[in-house]
Amino acid sequence: MVKTKTNLPPLRLHIPEPKFRPGDEADFSDVVVPEIDEIARPDEGSAPAAIQNLAFGLIRVLDNNGNATGSWNPGLEPDQLRLMLSNMMLTRAFDDRMFRAQRQGKTSFYMKCTGEEATSVATAMALASDDMCFPSYRQQGILITRGYPLVKMMNQIYSNRADHLKGRQLPIMYSAPDHSFFSISGNLATQYPQAVGWAMASASRGDTRISACWCGEGSTAEGDFHSAMTFAAVYNTPVILQVVNNQWAISSFSGIAGGERTTFAARGLGYGIASLRVDGNDPLAVYAAMRWAADRARTNNGPTFIEYFTYRAEGHSTSDDPEAYRAAKEFEKWPLGDPVGRLKQHLIRIGEWSEEQHDAQAAELTDLVKKTQKEAEANGILGHGLHQPFESMFDDVFEHLPWHLKEQVEQVLEEQEAKFGPDWEPR
Amino acid sequence: MTVVTQKMNMIEAINSALDNMLTRDPDIVLLGEDIGFFGGVFRATAGLQKKHGKTRVFDTPISECGIIGAAVGMAAYGLRPVPEIQFADYIYPGLDQLVSEAARLRYRSANDFICPMTVRSPFGGGIFGGQTHSQSPESLFTHVCGIKTVIPSNPYDAKGLLIAAIEDNDPVVFFEPKRIYNGPFSGFYDRPVEPWSKHAGSDVPQDYYRIELGKAATVREGEALTILTYGTMVHVCVAVVMETGIDAEVIDLRTLLPLDIETVEASVKKTGRCMVVHEATRTSGFGAELAALVQERCFYHLEAPVERVTGFDTPYPHSLEWAYFPGPVRITRAMQKLIQE
Repeated sequence: MVKTKTNLPPLRLHIPEPKFRPGDEADFSDVVVPEIDEIARPDEGSAPAAIQNLAFGLIRVLDNNGNATGSWNPGLEPDQLRLMLSNMMLTRAFDDRMFRAQRQGKTSFYMKCTGEEATSVATAMALASDDMCFPSYRQQGILITRGYPLVKMMNQIYSNRADHLKGRQLPIMYSAPDHSFFSISGNLATQYPQAVGWAMASASRGDTRISACWCGEGSTAEGDFHSAMTFAAVYNTPVILQVVNNQWAISSFSGIAGGERTTFAARGLGYGIASLRVDGNDPLAVYAAMRWAADRARTNNGPTFIEYFTYRAEGHSTSDDPEAYRAAKEFEKWPLGDPVGRLKQHLIRIGEWSEEQHDAQAAELTDLVKKTQKEAEANGILGHGLHQPFESMFDDVFEHLPWHLKEQVEQVLEEQEAKFGPDWEPR
Repeated sequence: MTVVTQKMNMIEAINSALDNMLTRDPDIVLLGEDIGFFGGVFRATAGLQKKHGKTRVFDTPISECGIIGAAVGMAAYGLRPVPEIQFADYIYPGLDQLVSEAARLRYRSANDFICPMTVRSPFGGGIFGGQTHSQSPESLFTHVCGIKTVIPSNPYDAKGLLIAAIEDNDPVVFFEPKRIYNGPFSGFYDRPVEPWSKHAGSDVPQDYYRIELGKAATVREGEALTILTYGTMVHVCVAVVMETGIDAEVIDLRTLLPLDIETVEASVKKTGRCMVVHEATRTSGFGAELAALVQERCFYHLEAPVERVTGFDTPYPHSLEWAYFPGPVRITRAMQKLIQE
């Protein structure tokens, strides 16, 4: 089977391996953190070819002391900064509570976004409220920022009788058209070409709304990602394509998605798309990058591709244990810190916030989440009773029930009666 | 009101349906490989870009995933996209967007978002297309809940069904049997080709009309046995029935899902014998579903086991195309077996 020639070396297959595994001491001293404004903010109308260096830099606004400086500084008012902080803190409080609810057996599944809050909260704040978002599964911060009721998120997580998705979707697979938030799919990167198609439709209609999509660095390997990039470029589509590079796709480090070779942002260059690489843990940099991209899209200057360089502080979901595949305490050593901590530091630095206010707000938000959780749990939790009528399982497969589904409705109702008796009702 | 009809072949009828719908509904948009300026490799969209504009009829990159995925996004915006997949054999890179996204969107979002998309695609063999231009993948789609599957067999049906498919608020896969684009095909490949003009189905109204999805057509009434078929095979079956003189009832299903079970059941109960015919491979083909439904519903009326006449379980061979194709010999032998039982 193996053919060798003595004058040639044997070929070797490279299998990427992360630098640190359980038991190792994580050391990120080789992560290059460039100076703020190493690359100054170009005009939003710049040609992609003229700004290729942005794909290899790192857009930053907040320095290590909490000062906001440089040409990317969006110059937000203190009220907006406090709102951003509060949205991120609420997202974190919500995550902590729902993670615990899953551990208490109240639902089947949950996914936190700890450490990545800026990539959904700051981006949502930089968009108009009716710009269409095609999220992946870790952008709950968008809904929270847009004021979607927490109780509705919880009802969905519990698949309870108030869940407007009728208990059909895995927890966190929200859908919120009134908040310009697309139905989340469990299949990866499928939202990418959809966001492009939405923006193509908007552009073809002379609308003014743009769209934005998110995926993880692991999903950039999917065909959908590349189809979407091609379409976005070909039609100069008003879409913002974002990659949250949190270093880990379940247990696979970013090298398994190609991260050893170049930056993820650099993937946009081959398509001729303006590509930015951003400190994803710097909420002001994230806001500034999104704002730049949104202005660009809105003025018919085409798509932007953004990589947020960040770190997934927790497991992929409630179903995996990160201690089994990566070094402990990586997040603590992450050179770009924590987005909540950094924005808090900045607000304190400019005299618009204090430790006391911060602690009080954290307690207040935790109370709000707890109170809302009680309200949601009054509608039921997963596994405690059946919350939806059996026949509801057949609704919305099609607009109208075809005969074969009508027959199956009859069958399930007979099965229900056989099991629970004739007077059964959902509770 | 008088209906103005015109002789059309399948391509012209499909073009007419698209033209009518682009005119009637500003939300309709056509996208696909080579469909714009050129008008499609089979000419189904000829002239439509010029008439309706580039933003409504346009070429796409060669990416079926991108075509279907973008169409899902356009539908989410509120448009009614009609993507063309150049050959059904090329649909697989778009399968995830069709199966996991388009088909599931209404359900998973509890009606928040819908996908009123019609995917048009030429399918089937008999044109020496080899294994990558001849396949009949319909059963992959009938197996997916949330998609409707429609296959016309003549110009009149093609137009009326395509309009109904485009107006449907659920995703529809619309397979066009390319062997009969330019004329009905008897299956006797060594005989001269007939044009559509001699077929009653080529009188097509110029204006808008619909043929409801989920309704079969009884193409020929008969007493000896029931043939359930669709697409190109409708014409082959009718030709073989005429040639053999066996008094078979031929049912053109037209829509595979939702299936017109009433017409199927009534016919099989009347004749007591049933044969299913399709060009697609046999194992787990749509014929298996039909055979199962017939035995579930008509068992006590059956005089003989249900016969399946299909393509063989091989890729579509190039040089041996006619040995693969379920043509007159295979159909005749099955009919004789069925009536002798």
